[in-house]
Amino acid sequence: MSGLITRRTMLGGSAASLLAAPWVARAQANTLRVGMQSILSGPIALLGTSSRNALMMEQDRINAAGGLLGRPIEFVFRDSKGQPQEAARLTRELVNSTGCELLIDAEASSGAFAVQEVVRDLGVACIHTNSETSSLTADPKIRVPTAFRVARQGVHDAVAGSAYLSEYANAKKLNKWATCSPDYAYGRDTTAQYLQFFKQFKPDVEVITEAWPKLGQPDFTEVITKLIQAKPQALFTLLYAGDLSAFVNQGNIYALFSQIAVATPNVDYPVLAAIKNLPAGIQSATRYLETFPNTPANKEWGQAYLKRWNERPTNWSWQNTVAMQFYEAAIKKANSLDGKALAAALTGMKINTPFGVDGTITMRDDHTTIGYAIGWGQTTPKEPFIVDVKAADWGKIIELETDWKKQQKYI
Amino acid sequence: MDIDALGACLTTPACVVTQTTSGLIVGMLLFLVAAGVTLIFGVLKIVNFAHGTFYMLGGYVAYTALGATDSYALAVLSGALSMALFGVVFERALISRVYGSNVLMQLLVCYAVVLIFDDLVKIVWGPEFHAMGMPPAFQVPPLFIAGGVVPPFYAVLIGIAGLIAIVLGLGLSMTRLGKTVRAAAINPQMVSVLGVNTTLLFAIVFAVGGGLAGLAGALAAPVRSLSPGMGFSVLIESFIVTVIGGMGSITGALVSALLIGLVRGFGTIGFPQFTDGLIYVVMIAILLLRPQGLFGRST
Repeated sequence: MSGLITRRTMLGGSAASLLAAPWVARAQANTLRVGMQSILSGPIALLGTSSRNALMMEQDRINAAGGLLGRPIEFVFRDSKGQPQEAARLTRELVNSTGCELLIDAEASSGAFAVQEVVRDLGVACIHTNSETSSLTADPKIRVPTAFRVARQGVHDAVAGSAYLSEYANAKKLNKWATCSPDYAYGRDTTAQYLQFFKQFKPDVEVITEAWPKLGQPDFTEVITKLIQAKPQALFTLLYAGDLSAFVNQGNIYALFSQIAVATPNVDYPVLAAIKNLPAGIQSATRYLETFPNTPANKEWGQAYLKRWNERPTNWSWQNTVAMQFYEAAIKKANSLDGKALAAALTGMKINTPFGVDGTITMRDDHTTIGYAIGWGQTTPKEPFIVDVKAADWGKIIELETDWKKQQKYI
Repeated sequence: MDIDALGACLTTPACVVTQTTSGLIVGMLLFLVAAGVTLIFGVLKIVNFAHGTFYMLGGYVAYTALGATDSYALAVLSGALSMALFGVVFERALISRVYGSNVLMQLLVCYAVVLIFDDLVKIVWGPEFHAMGMPPAFQVPPLFIAGGVVPPFYAVLIGIAGLIAIVLGLGLSMTRLGKTVRAAAINPQMVSVLGVNTTLLFAIVFAVGGGLAGLAGALAAPVRSLSPGMGFSVLIESFIVTVIGGMGSITGALVSALLIGLVRGFGTIGFPQFTDGLIYVVMIAILLLRPQGLFGRST
């Protein structure tokens, strides 16, 4: 008899379900849905996945602390595959069909600009967590009243990197430089931006050769041998992820790194983990580093991420974490989820976070963050992978960023 | 365009040695992949759009085999043999069903295999890239010949690929199997009528083609990043090699792969903004002069 469902049991169950239905519905309605779309498949899916991982940790942390406005939060993740039109469609769907009341846009720049226009239309609160293109928030024509950015910004990185590299170049007497960056908008624009500030800090610097390999190019041999022929004293490269790994591995067998100094802002944990013979002494920015800022809170977060996901966090991971920390503080302050109310609360807000260079990050009036940890140091093949890290001077960054904004006629 | 730099390079022995080695390694690895494409087309008239998948899987299998055995030689062997086996399965299970079908059907079958295996690679090895790392035996300083830089690892790779080119060339011209393959390329019906087991012959052709692509993926794994979809970039260049060399010609594949390698090697000095474009210019120029390719038969 056991194992069979009788008619009476069935009726009883149905009655119970009917009685419970409103409670279930209310519980579901009470949940605060946060929409997030990112690149969760394709060659750089690792970055999108690392964003999702960080947000799932935030979901657990916030819910354990009682949720937001007393409501548990639940993320709704969507894969845009890195296609801007898909990112825009998903944003609209997350709000209109899935009932999301807050948005995390974890797209790269191409997708973020498409999402920005949808957010302008919807009026919902949105935080871009991964777009580094400065104009997204710097250009008043592109800026949106309810959209903010919690991510490093290209112009900040360019000033910080150029200031560090000019000091390094002066100390080592490196005047002849080469560049090698991917042949698309990011590679060309950001290289130009770095060089502009680099020449400002060190007017006698000379770029004697340039290489523009294609994104995902399997072989960099001809680029490496060209660099050997040109005999620069130093190389600046914006190659990243698998391309940077292949470039380093192929450069190693030409002993490239014993012939010239190398600088890159793009060495992060996945690259460090994948390159088996990482040369020591590459000048590198810290996109995310557990030891910079060297605080217990930063180390604790990095270790918690490693323990939960069995891999190290990326730059995108900390940026998504900080976005939720900003939402949490702003919702508490505004006591509302309304886009305009949250925008008012977020503007000028300063929060305590492990990822700020002094333990805080500020959301500036132009909807972008300042004070996050930017440092440069040199690589070492073993942990902590980047040593002698020097923190960037945020006073200098803001001063030159303001000049740049004036040049661009943004202010 | 920097003609002065190119002129200076061509008159400097160090530059000539370095850029020629660079061109040879790019060309030889390309030849290994393209040889399979051209062999399969020559015999079966199938344009194998899934050939890049063999290259990708060869690299991944070698990566795993190295982890298990700690031997680069065994890793390379695993990459090549597993792809030879996969070539047979691919031919028997899928391609044999679309012989004689229109090109669109063959293209769809191949494209489905590309997508399926790109996703399977993501599931098995993860979406992030991997790097095999240089085997300890090759972690040595480069050689300097006439002032030019020659990495020992590349010298060995060029040697292996060159040896395979010779074996393949001799095998096709001197052995009974090779002669049968060449005969099947010209008139498969006649070969079949003469009592040759063409089913077995076609499977062997796919085994050789797949094995060569797997070998290229495995040989290159220490210096190239492994990522899902990596086969696509080599596939395009393999087709260019096949078209320039003449569809179906192994000698043509070798010559055109080396030509592309050298165009890349020296083009990057003289035409830094136009290196990729230069390859297509060379292809157009050759096809205008010889529409059937350098070593192709006119039809």
